Parts: sequence; C-alpha cells; structure tokens
Amino acid sequence: MLALRTVTYCTENEETPLSLGAIYALIAIGYTMVYGIIGMINFAHGDIYMIGAYIGLVTLSAVGVQSGLPVWAVIALMLVVAVAVTGVYGFVVEQVAYKPLRSSPRLVALISAIGMSIFLQNWVALGQGARDMAVPSLVPGALRFGAEGGFEVYVPYSRILIIVVAVVLMIALTLYIQHSRMGRASRACSQDMHMANLLGIDTNRVISFTFILGAMLAAVGGVLIALAVGKLNPFIGFLAGIKAFTAAVLGGIGSIPGAMLGGVILGVAETLAAAYISSEYKDIVAFGLLVLILLVRPTGLLGKPEVEKV
Amino acid sequence: MHAAGFSSHLKNALIATALAAIVVLPIFTLHLERAGTRTIIVPEWSTLLWGCLAVFVVQLLRPLLAPRLPRFALPRLPQAAPGQRKVLIFVALMLAASWPFFAGRNAVDIATLAMIYVMLGLGLNIVVGFAGLLDLGFVGFYAVGAYTYALLFHWAGWSFWEALPLAGAAAALFGFVLGFPVLRLRGDYLAIVTLGFGEIIRLLLVNLTDWTGGPDGISSIPKPTVLGLEMTRNPSAEGGTTFHQFFGLEFNSLHMVIALYLMALLLAVITLFISNRLIRMPIGRAWEALREDEIACRSLGLNPMRIKLSAFTLGAMFAGFGGAFFAARQGIVNPESFTFIESALILAIVVLGGMGSQLGVIIAAILLTVLPEVAREFSEYRMLIFGLVMILMMIWRPQGLLPMKRHHVEVPA
Repeated sequence: MLALRTVTYCTENEETPLSLGAIYALIAIGYTMVYGIIGMINFAHGDIYMIGAYIGLVTLSAVGVQSGLPVWAVIALMLVVAVAVTGVYGFVVEQVAYKPLRSSPRLVALISAIGMSIFLQNWVALGQGARDMAVPSLVPGALRFGAEGGFEVYVPYSRILIIVVAVVLMIALTLYIQHSRMGRASRACSQDMHMANLLGIDTNRVISFTFILGAMLAAVGGVLIALAVGKLNPFIGFLAGIKAFTAAVLGGIGSIPGAMLGGVILGVAETLAAAYISSEYKDIVAFGLLVLILLVRPTGLLGKPEVEKV
Repeated sequence: MHAAGFSSHLKNALIATALAAIVVLPIFTLHLERAGTRTIIVPEWSTLLWGCLAVFVVQLLRPLLAPRLPRFALPRLPQAAPGQRKVLIFVALMLAASWPFFAGRNAVDIATLAMIYVMLGLGLNIVVGFAGLLDLGFVGFYAVGAYTYALLFHWAGWSFWEALPLAGAAAALFGFVLGFPVLRLRGDYLAIVTLGFGEIIRLLLVNLTDWTGGPDGISSIPKPTVLGLEMTRNPSAEGGTTFHQFFGLEFNSLHMVIALYLMALLLAVITLFISNRLIRMPIGRAWEALREDEIACRSLGLNPMRIKLSAFTLGAMFAGFGGAFFAARQGIVNPESFTFIESALILAIVVLGGMGSQLGVIIAAILLTVLPEVAREFSEYRMLIFGLVMILMMIWRPQGLLPMKRHHVEVPA
C-alpha cells in the first residue's frame, strides 16, 4: 500500500524523490568535502549552486533556444560553461573570504561565510534582477508506463536526466578521489592537514581544489534543477543549501558516500512528508530532520566520531 | 631584484583581473531580459570594463602601498574616571530622552526602530558575545515574543503592558526548552541547529493558519497605553479617557510616536542595565570563562550546561520583550518579519560592534538602522554592502569596532 501510494504521488507531483535526492547529494558533496578538509561549514555553498543555475541560463540565452544545435549539445554546453565559471567562483570565494581566516576560530570563518552568502545573493539580485526568471524547458515530455490497477506512472525526462547525470558524476568522483594523485592528496589532508603538509603536499592547492570541485558539482545540480523546475531567482540557494547541508550531516559530514546516501534519504523523506502530511510541511520535515540528526547522532550515518583533544 | 618583484606583482594583478572578468561577466555584463516569451541577452560591456580596471589597479598598487600605509589606530574611548562616567551616562540619557521633542516625526520613528535593534543586539550579545554561543535562530525568539502579544490580544484581549512580561517569559521558555537538547553541541553545529529552530518557528507560524493567521499574520494590534491612558483620538470604550483629554492637550498623533520612542528607549536602557550587571556577576564571569575554554571550565567544576542554558534563556527573554514591542509598534505581525536575514542582521550588529562590547553593540545597532535610512539612494546596495562588511570585519577586525574591554582593576602607581 505504501509503495503504491508513493507511486501515485510521483505521478501528481513535480518532484520525484530520487531526482530531488540526487540534487541534494550533488550540493552536499561540496559541504562534506570542505568540512572534511578544513572543518568549516561553507555557508555560501547554496548560493554557489544558485550562481551555477544562473550561468546555465545565461549560456542558454546566449546560444538561443532555436539555434539549430541539437538539444544534447545545448545542455552539454550549458553544463560545461556553468561548471567552468562556477568553479572560478568557488576559487575566488575561497581566496577572498576564507583563506585569510585559516587560523581563526571556526565561528569567525562561519560568520564570514554567512556574509559571503548574503553578498552572493544580492550580487546576483543586483546584476540579474531579484524576480523569478523563466527557464525554457529543453527536455519536455515524460516516460509513461502503465501499472497494475489502472495507474499510469509518469516520470518527466528532465528528472531522469538529473538522476543519470548525478549517478555518472558520483561514480566518476569516487574513482577520482580513490585513484588520482589529487584525490589521494585530498584524502591525506582530510586525515591530517599538518602531517600532509610536512610530507610535501601543497595543502593550499588541495583546499582550492576542494572548493572548485564542490562548486562545479553544485553548478551541475543548479543547471539541471533549473531545467527541470523551469524558473529560478537569486534566493533559491539558501533553502537548497540548508537542505544539502542536512543531507551531508545525515550521511556523516566528511564522508562522500555519506553525502550521496544522505541526499537520497532526505529526498525520499521530503517527498513522503509531502505525500502523507501536507506539502507545506516538507520544509519543516527537512529542518526537523536536521535538528534531530544533529541532536541524536551528530556523526551521521557513515561518519566517524570526532574526539576533541586538549 | 626590484624589477622581478614588479613583474610578479604584474602577473598577480593580471591573474586577478582575468578572474574578476570571469566572475563579473555572466552576472553583471550579460543581462538577461525578457522579450515576449523568450529570454534574451542584452550585454552591457561598461560594467565588465570598469570592474576589471578597478581590480587591476587595486591589485597592482596593493603590494606597493601596503608597507607604506600607516596602520590606522583602533578607535579607543578615553578612559573616564568612575565619577565622570556616571555624569557622561546621565547626560547621554538626558539627551536621548529629550531630543525627540524637537525632532521630526520620521527621525523619531527611525530612532524607535534603532532602539528595538539596540535591545535585540544587547540580548544576542549575551548569547554570542558573553557566552560565545553562535545563535543563528535568534529571530525565532523575537517572533515568539511578537506573536505572544499578538495572540494574547487577538484571543484574550490583553493589553500591551499585561502581555509584555508574558512575552518575555514565553520567549525565555522557548529558549530554555530548545536550549536544553541543543547546547551539548559544538560551536558550528550549534549555529546550524539554532538556524533550523528559527526556521521551524517561522514555518509553523506560516502554516498554523487557524491560530496565527498564516502568511497574513495578525493585524490591528493596539499600541501601548501611556500611564494607563489610550493614545487615540477617541476612547475605544464608552466613558474612557484618552491621553490628550486627560492632560487637556490638543490631539496630536506625534505624541504617540514620541511615547513609543521613549518606551523603546526605556526598554533598551533596562536591557543594558541588566546585561551590564549580569556580566559582573558570577554567572557572567562563568559565561566568559566558558567562551574562552570549555574544557578548562569543566575541569574547574563549572557545569557548562547550566551556564550555557542561562545565557541562552536570558538572551531569548530580551528578544521576547523586543518582539512584543515590535508587534505593538507595527500594529501587525506576520512571518515575513522573522526570516533568517533578520537573524543575520542582529548578528551583524553584534559582530560589527564587537562581540561582548555593549557600547559597541549600541553604536552598531544605531549605525545599521540609521545609515540605510540616510543613504536611501544606495538602498539597492544595502544588503550587498552588508554582506561585504561582515566578511571584511572578520578578516581585518574580528574583535569589532569597539572591542570589549576585559574587566580589570588597575593598581594606582
């Protein structure tokens, strides 16, 4: 019965739990990697995602919807430009707002990150206007198949695209972190930054790399969700950021597979809450989950406990 | 040697300019415009040019000028002798209480708002400045205070002065109950959980439509009475007396504005007085000790839970008072007034003024409310500058404009 009702719900609602979870996971990786390496909550990360979505839209508008290029080429172009430019944003944000504060207490860096978040929101609001922007739908239509009992299951292609891209990126990221030189260096830094530095790893480069990679993944999430939802404004980053942070904490902050797991769980939990309670309560459920996880199990599902040493 | 230094400066400046170009281009230069159903791009190259030029010049000159710039001295207040101090405070209070009688309505109205923020800033200062607990959900307690008065009026017809103590108590209760599980957490997790609570409170206010009026909120909340007299043109109840009738004055709506300002001033001064006393009490010293080193504090036998909880609860209480007053002044409350940005604004007041520094917080609260009103032509840039100031303060002066002075006794030479 439960499964059946979930399926009917998906036919009615725009969000499918997996695509929502995939977006949260893409953003959550940025939070979790930065936290894993420098132990800081990058509060402005949600706004980086928003900037990624805007750059995607700017690219799409520059190319033009009826440019004659095939749809896949347009989407690929949007993703490439958004990833590149947002990566630069990630780098610049780190250099300007966080690098001078490396040795400061955590709260000082967090306040600077909150300042950066407010700055980026209003930066885009000033540059591109604070109102909603319409994003043309490039992948209309949906996959339909009949189910038992007369239900028709209906999954928009734009959601399938999100899931496929996210899964591919997750696999690529996992392989990269496991096997590349930079991935090894960043794992070493997250274990012990000081020691890694002594052993000749350029920790500044690793930190920059982490911010750039996180921003790039968030940009992919931003472009895909803009295409799926069809509109965006400069303030979408705050809520998405908090939710992705919830996903990161849920899975265990610092753990990349944890971020993916947390994203999917949060996506499912929100969709179920919207289906069984009321869609107005889905944000409350997300925030409630955040509070609950931090209180009951701050290390998350896959995280390691952190011991404070004197 | 010098030439090599210059060429590396030039290289750095060029890299910074290229990065600035990439950052500015998609947001400020390529404007998205709606043309019918399509979205088109209208480029505005001047922004790109000026942005890059500014970054290039600043980056090129920075290493050349940096060693030559005089280190600007921190503003330090001259130490006044204890006797002089009292006189100074008395004069400042007299000035603050008397100027609205000569000023315009608008100025007094803005000053009232500034006093509300002074109250909120001083309340948050107890939590963030004294106890070192970063609370990003402070606005939730402000909302609890505002809605306590609004709901008590709406459902039970309570007046402002009857509801005020209860508004503070309700907010303090919320602080206590929420603080209980939360305060075990470490600094940044605590910040995020309080943010979560603040948002949950706001979302509940939006969604519990039957109780709170939902997104529309509760309106036509009466203003406070003065000495038990209403400040309206006509008494609301048959046979009642209003303020202007009692004193035999001509009715003037300016009276209400001034009275509101004086009440806000009074509340702010009470908040200042209480928090000033608290920090000298053993509990205040314990807050500071806990902020500096929790583990050392525990080793010395202090109960960190009780200390944190007291700071959290007291801070929330002042937010509750502020909220009730805000509801009375506006005459309407709705969840829009209690978003995260408001929490960030109050936090910015504390950070800008100097965490723990009461005078700093007061000055910052007045600056952050008055400056946007004075510089209306820059109102678009207000939040942008505001975010920038938060970052720059953390980099250059994390201790704030007027850093807190540790309490100490000087031995006369």
